[in-house]
Amino acid sequence: MSSDLYEIILLTFLVSGTALLLSTLIGVPLGAVMGLRRFIGRRWVVVLLYTGMGFPPVVIGLFVYLLLSRSGPLGQLNWSFIPELFTPGAMILAQTIIAFPLVAGFTMAAVMGVDPQLQQQVISLGATKRQAATTVLWEARIGVVVAIIAGFGSIISEVGAVMLVGGNIEGRTRVMTTAIVLETRKGNFDLALALGIVLLGIAFLVNLAMLRLQGRSMNA
Amino acid sequence: MREEVTYRIQALSKAYEGREVLAIEALEVQRGEILALVGPSGSGKSTLLRLLNFLESPTRGWIEFAGARFEPGQEMPLALRRRVTTVFQRPMLLNRNVWDNVMYSLGLRGQRDADGAAWAVLEQVGLANLAKQNARSLSGGEAQRVALARAIILKPEVLLMDEPTANLDPYNVGLIEKIIYQVNREQKTTVVLVTHNVFQARRLANRIAFLLGGRLVEVGEAEAFFKSPADSRTQAFVNGEMVY
Repeated sequence: MSSDLYEIILLTFLVSGTALLLSTLIGVPLGAVMGLRRFIGRRWVVVLLYTGMGFPPVVIGLFVYLLLSRSGPLGQLNWSFIPELFTPGAMILAQTIIAFPLVAGFTMAAVMGVDPQLQQQVISLGATKRQAATTVLWEARIGVVVAIIAGFGSIISEVGAVMLVGGNIEGRTRVMTTAIVLETRKGNFDLALALGIVLLGIAFLVNLAMLRLQGRSMNA
Repeated sequence: MREEVTYRIQALSKAYEGREVLAIEALEVQRGEILALVGPSGSGKSTLLRLLNFLESPTRGWIEFAGARFEPGQEMPLALRRRVTTVFQRPMLLNRNVWDNVMYSLGLRGQRDADGAAWAVLEQVGLANLAKQNARSLSGGEAQRVALARAIILKPEVLLMDEPTANLDPYNVGLIEKIIYQVNREQKTTVVLVTHNVFQARRLANRIAFLLGGRLVEVGEAEAFFKSPADSRTQAFVNGEMVY
């Protein structure tokens, strides 16, 4: 494989890995809170979350594009921590917005699947609210792993949003999915297919690793 | 001098969605006694137990425990809450092995170096040989004994038990009753036991409280309660004439 290809694979991992990490950090606690607590307006948050789970990635890409463009509400602020368009940072932002509702939604479902009696019983054993929530989340760990896998699946194969906000710039923002699109358009089907197989292989290996982790949890 | 009363209950009431399910004018639970709460389904026994464990706050009235009053809308301080624990009718065990389930309650208090205590408790409940088995694969009786083990390893001041032997076989019933008796005698643990089984109440309890329709009908020494109940409804319940 050429060094360009390595670079593309590396950037794919960097962008999707960082987005998945951020989605997990946002989605798992959010899902846990939604599953464990009842509060005013929860119904609306659930509706928003479910909408986010089914949102077309290309539309999210469009929103992020408009937000980050020079005349957009975030782009004109010029704050250092807000990523610029056509950078890996913008791609990470878009993929995080795509993945976190999935992680949160599936985590919420997993937490709600744990018998509510468990929380009451661990509190009766002397758990604080935080300890009880952590225990319930740990009991729902298989579902949480599935939530993270779902989040990963949604962004590793995603092309519309990263194309819009990243621009598919060689050496800067080209990832595997956008490279496949480009090579197909150029008629380089061999390379496009090779990239596709590598992408499938990566997705397979990551899912396999997650499932092994899940299996270990089930046998614990 | 130590206070001889563990709980002092006054004008206690609990309502759900406006419907009052429990109303007790006054009741005291003595230190070191086994008090059995008996009564038909829906009489408020389990509700009272949840209030005594500070899992829910009263709608009216108060419960005094260790000098603190548990009143409507209040939360009991963690340190006091941790002096009381409950064994529920349907134990929810963690998806971990038996050992980890027993150590869990100590872990909540930051006590992780308690292998000796854990082995002793597992021996006491007859589950030392199953320490490494997943708790979810246990029988009903074994699961209830794990629940009991994770409660008594804490050496609680008060052990609340909600129908701990319902649907269990005679062997497990006998074993659990023996452990309750041991814990009460050896550690001077106050036990409040909810049971449908009047024979069990008679075997274990020093005093018995009879609840009906959320009201406390009668409370008295076990022998007197069964031999000469003061209230005709208690008499009917003891004689098995009460339909419920």
